[in-house]
Amino acid sequence: MFTRRDTMALGLGAATITLLPISVHAAADDAIAAYTGGASVTEGGVMITAPEIAENGNTVPISVEAPGAEEIAIYADGNPTPGVAVFKFGPAAGSHRASTRIRLGGTQDVVAVAKMPDGSFQQAAVEVKVTIGGCGG
Amino acid sequence: MSDVKPRIRLPRSAKAGQAAEVKTLVSHVMETGLRKDADGNTIPRMIINRFTCEYGGEMVIDMALEGAISANPYVEFDIMVSDATDVVFTWYEDGGAVYTETQQLSVG
Repeated sequence: MFTRRDTMALGLGAATITLLPISVHAAADDAIAAYTGGASVTEGGVMITAPEIAENGNTVPISVEAPGAEEIAIYADGNPTPGVAVFKFGPAAGSHRASTRIRLGGTQDVVAVAKMPDGSFQQAAVEVKVTIGGCGG
Repeated sequence: MSDVKPRIRLPRSAKAGQAAEVKTLVSHVMETGLRKDADGNTIPRMIINRFTCEYGGEMVIDMALEGAISANPYVEFDIMVSDATDVVFTWYEDGGAVYTETQQLSVG
């Protein structure tokens, strides 16, 4: 079963890379537009930390930080569904940062979008090269 | 699911007014709903879709999770320490199951 999953994932990763310029980017853009309500998003203001090369797409460590942000949303534009997570920081938060581990179906950009208290949005992206994809076909 | 088991690491001691790092992990398959079984049937989605941490009755972090979060979801964040001690962690699973864990933060 494991071998099959790996094989399927590799195939999916390859398909994803091929499709990337047309359809998949659009899915992430749509998801981000839905999150921001169509508001314009400026670059910067968010720090996103991820490995340059992830050997295993099933578990890629990622950290996001945006000083002063109310929320940070993470998108993976090459995954079958682009949404990854949304962090909402409450009044007892000690910082506006969070770390987690995510699945990536192949080499792609990971995008973090921060919602600021004044209603504006800021974003940053980082490319992660994935050797073995983690979407399991 | 019966194999959902939270693991939490709080700092041994924390000072009021400072940020304290919290690490949480919950054992869960995070089935994406994209995989198929040996017979070609889609395995239904079963993930933790929300995680919250409350400290002294106030929200620390409220996280929405998608299928792109790895199995055994790991989350690391900071609490702003006050004089409260109770830290409540809650995981919400597809299908409505809720898992809660309360731990004491030693403030000194």
